[in-house]
Amino acid sequence: MRDKAPIVTVIDPEMGNLRSVCRAWECAGAQIRLAATPDGVEESAAVVFPGQGAIPHCMARLEKTGWAQTIREWIAQDRPFFGICLGLQTLFEHSEEGDTAGLGIFPGRVKRFRLGPEYKIPHMGWNAVRFRGSPPPLTDGIDLERDQFYFVHSYHVETAEQGLVWGETAYGYPFVSAIAHGNCYATQFHPEKSQAKGLQMYANFVKSL
Amino acid sequence: MKETANSGQVSVRIIPCLDVHAGRVVKGVNFVNLIDAGDPVEQAKAYEAQGADELVFLDITASSDERAIMRDVVERTASECFMPVTVGGGLRTVDDIRAMLNAGADKVSLNTAAVQNPDLIREASEIFGNQCIVVAIDAKRVAPADTEEASPLRSQKGSSPQGDGGESSGEEPKLTWKVFTHGGRKETEWDVIDWAREVVRLGAGEILLTSMDSDGTKAGYDIELTRAVSEAVEVPVIASGGAGTLDHLVDVLRDGKASAVLAASIFHFGTYSILEAKQKLAGAGLPVRLPLEA
Repeated sequence: MRDKAPIVTVIDPEMGNLRSVCRAWECAGAQIRLAATPDGVEESAAVVFPGQGAIPHCMARLEKTGWAQTIREWIAQDRPFFGICLGLQTLFEHSEEGDTAGLGIFPGRVKRFRLGPEYKIPHMGWNAVRFRGSPPPLTDGIDLERDQFYFVHSYHVETAEQGLVWGETAYGYPFVSAIAHGNCYATQFHPEKSQAKGLQMYANFVKSL
Repeated sequence: MKETANSGQVSVRIIPCLDVHAGRVVKGVNFVNLIDAGDPVEQAKAYEAQGADELVFLDITASSDERAIMRDVVERTASECFMPVTVGGGLRTVDDIRAMLNAGADKVSLNTAAVQNPDLIREASEIFGNQCIVVAIDAKRVAPADTEEASPLRSQKGSSPQGDGGESSGEEPKLTWKVFTHGGRKETEWDVIDWAREVVRLGAGEILLTSMDSDGTKAGYDIELTRAVSEAVEVPVIASGGAGTLDHLVDVLRDGKASAVLAASIFHFGTYSILEAKQKLAGAGLPVRLPLEA
């Protein structure tokens, strides 16, 4: 046991409320530092990026505040990172949403769901995640066969880099719902909206810091 | 690796709705073990523990003073509950919406204000994202005789909210519904299907559809209404109004093609638990998220 909660910087693109994200990370054992710019992030144990809104606007904010370059360097140095929803999508090269260039950290593109009329868009609600590979510590305490997580999105990541794919979810067809690369994790679902099992995933991440 | 229970479908959602007046839940709620049964946050936590998939707070008075109280309720809920929360009732402007989202609501529900000012839907969804904007539609059946010079046969039909069309013979009268506002007191010019398409075009990410004919009857949701709207739009439809038994939930999710069900009294009064409801849905072959105890 450590005597001090690790400091986790939550990127605030100033596009909406981050209360529940911050509160969830606090419940998971982190000490939260909300930051609109990257100043002072070096002291943090981890960076959390809960992307919000539409990707063109979000990317513009990241570029303007300097976060874009800081995120690239942070992940290149394999420092602990957790992206949520748009915080997953922005890590890739391009998004169809507004024909937007992403951070380009990982190879792949973000596409809109292409599904028959029986599938509603956004993909909204609880769905299962099939986690892959040797179970990383982040899924400790999660029942891989039956636990579900909360999703709300119309776009999803497509990547040829199979080694990145940590989890897949089926909505009409399987799509990438989580990635892992060293100490960088990102999920399409919202652990902070996924009740006890979502908090468990955050707590596992904090424990690994 | 073994297949999960999921087969390419998102789970259907069960969404309890709490009516809040001046910071307190109105209508008795019959949960045991609540320290304060009138406290919305206590009830939200109880529903979370039961495995509710989302929660709706309906601010049933929404004067400006009370809206400030509602923000406090939402803030406290967002600090203690980790599931999506929607707030509706009396939100009229982008600033009203922003205040609720900043307090911690994941979505807001617009009803009368959306009809009076459809541009609010477009503006809000552009600023906050489609996924934040739910449009609530209060729908009431209009007898065919009201919309056209119909035969006596037609005017006899169409007024029964529960008619499933199965008993009709000969020509099928086309069912129509009108949009009502102001808590159902005011009829508008909008046909429900046209309005549903319009709100989605403007940017609504979800529709909360209440059948005024069925609401409070406990005789079942309006299946035809729900199916007609769900088939007309791409976004998810939450069915509301009329739940009395768990079979009603199955019917509207399966036959009405709803993505979610909103229910108040059947859960508040302890008639059924969320778990019982989900077991029923699972038994009917619908994809559900079963809580831990299941």
